[in-house]
Amino acid sequence: MDKAMLSISRLEGGYGESAVLHGIDLEIRPGEVVTLLGRNGAGKSTTLKAIIGILEKREGSIRFDGKETIRMSSDAIARLGVAYCPEERAIFGSLTVDENMALPPVIAKGGLGVSEIQALFPNLQHRRHAYGSHLSGGEQQMLAIGRILRTGARFLLLDEPTEGLAPVIVKQIGQTIDALKRKGFTILLVEQNFRFALRHASRHYVMEEGRVAEMLEGEISDEGMKRIESYLGV
Amino acid sequence: MIFGYPIQLIMGQVLIGLINGSLYAMMSLGLAVIFGVLRVVNFAHGAQYMMGAFVALMLWQWLGVGYWPALVLVPIIMAIVGIVLERLFLRRLYHIDHMYGLLATYALALIIEGTFRKFFGAAGTAYPNPLPGGINLGFMFLPWYRGWVVVVSVVICAATWFAIERTRLGALLRAATENPVMVRAFGLNVPLIITVTYGFGVALAAFAGVIAAPIQNVSPQMGSHVIAVIFAVVVIGGMGSILGAIVAGFLLGIVEGLTKVFYPEGSSIVIFLVMILVLSLRPAGMFGRPT
Repeated sequence: MDKAMLSISRLEGGYGESAVLHGIDLEIRPGEVVTLLGRNGAGKSTTLKAIIGILEKREGSIRFDGKETIRMSSDAIARLGVAYCPEERAIFGSLTVDENMALPPVIAKGGLGVSEIQALFPNLQHRRHAYGSHLSGGEQQMLAIGRILRTGARFLLLDEPTEGLAPVIVKQIGQTIDALKRKGFTILLVEQNFRFALRHASRHYVMEEGRVAEMLEGEISDEGMKRIESYLGV
Repeated sequence: MIFGYPIQLIMGQVLIGLINGSLYAMMSLGLAVIFGVLRVVNFAHGAQYMMGAFVALMLWQWLGVGYWPALVLVPIIMAIVGIVLERLFLRRLYHIDHMYGLLATYALALIIEGTFRKFFGAAGTAYPNPLPGGINLGFMFLPWYRGWVVVVSVVICAATWFAIERTRLGALLRAATENPVMVRAFGLNVPLIITVTYGFGVALAAFAGVIAAPIQNVSPQMGSHVIAVIFAVVVIGGMGSILGAIVAGFLLGIVEGLTKVFYPEGSSIVIFLVMILVLSLRPAGMFGRPT
């Protein structure tokens, strides 16, 4: 087994008085695309926030490339090579597409070039001078993914990139994830749409009530599918 | 004659209005930038403006440093003062209710004003005019210094607007205003951005103070006189709007000046009447984005 890129153990955390994560253990190896599945409120997004360091209350251990990050500030974690694309996309409305794209600083060599990003998201090219607040949901999502590919971060946290988007755009996001995997990016993907997750990821952690309930890998048997469906309540 | 008033009187008041407007614009600009990034209503802004004028006065009286070098030196000195204040006090308040930031800066304003009153007295001191004389334009007499004030304010406001709206550094500032958590999660040093922003806002207030020194009596109260007006200007322009702060600043200076001609009794409240009017028609202010 490869050495883990990210290894989380006994992670607990939450917001204010309410605890959301109750001891998460998971591992991601370099080059993997892994999903976190689970119902609303299972702690998937909170886990991503803990990894990037914007969850204020977090305890346990999160090691990235062997380095303990549980006490680090989010900017320090980002500079280790972790990039985060939040569920709400967080496109800056008062910045143009170009400015949004240029905002995340380059933290290491090996990021995608502008032309490579344009090739992944040709739609963005005509919108370069549009303000973020004027973009459609699909354009915002492409920009939110596109802008973190430039930085040289090799580990991407994508929180529900397909949420609320038209099928044709969901398909394009899926192709992007496949392309990034081929380029050697490591991706932790939070998804509600588990058909999408199964199509694009190789391993799946199913979360329930702030814990990892199960890990599934490779071809999933009918019985495994049934269990996932019962976890997700579909 | 316009409406039975001599044109010289009206133009004279328009000019005074423009000058006050220049000071309002520069100060509300600083206040708007600080509020945008720090989410702190900087009640010490008036005191920092007053300190700007006093530092210029001290440089001149104690060290013989004149107006023109002071125009550069004072904002730098005051930016450092601002950075120290931010690191010492304001930084500790960001994680709690914004009201504490307001209270802390209000306390700072009172302490600063009280300290200057103790050492310099309340009477105030005159600062020499670096550009005496003027030109007769036919319809009015334009003192050189007043013309200079308007020109330099327009240039400073335009440059600040450009820096914030059109440059890479400005994009960083706008992004930090919108979503500081996300900017930080990209690996950017947001605490440093905040510190620098506060220093810049304070420098703008101090610059306005130096500009005001030769026209107004340099006194410890000059800041508290102007601060209420500045808050009204920022609200009228639209909280957080850079262009709004500039336009509303100049506009309200002129409105105030004209009121002195047509209805002098109303000149001290006209800005607040405009504020009520603007807020009832556009609650987010002239250039504010509704939230």
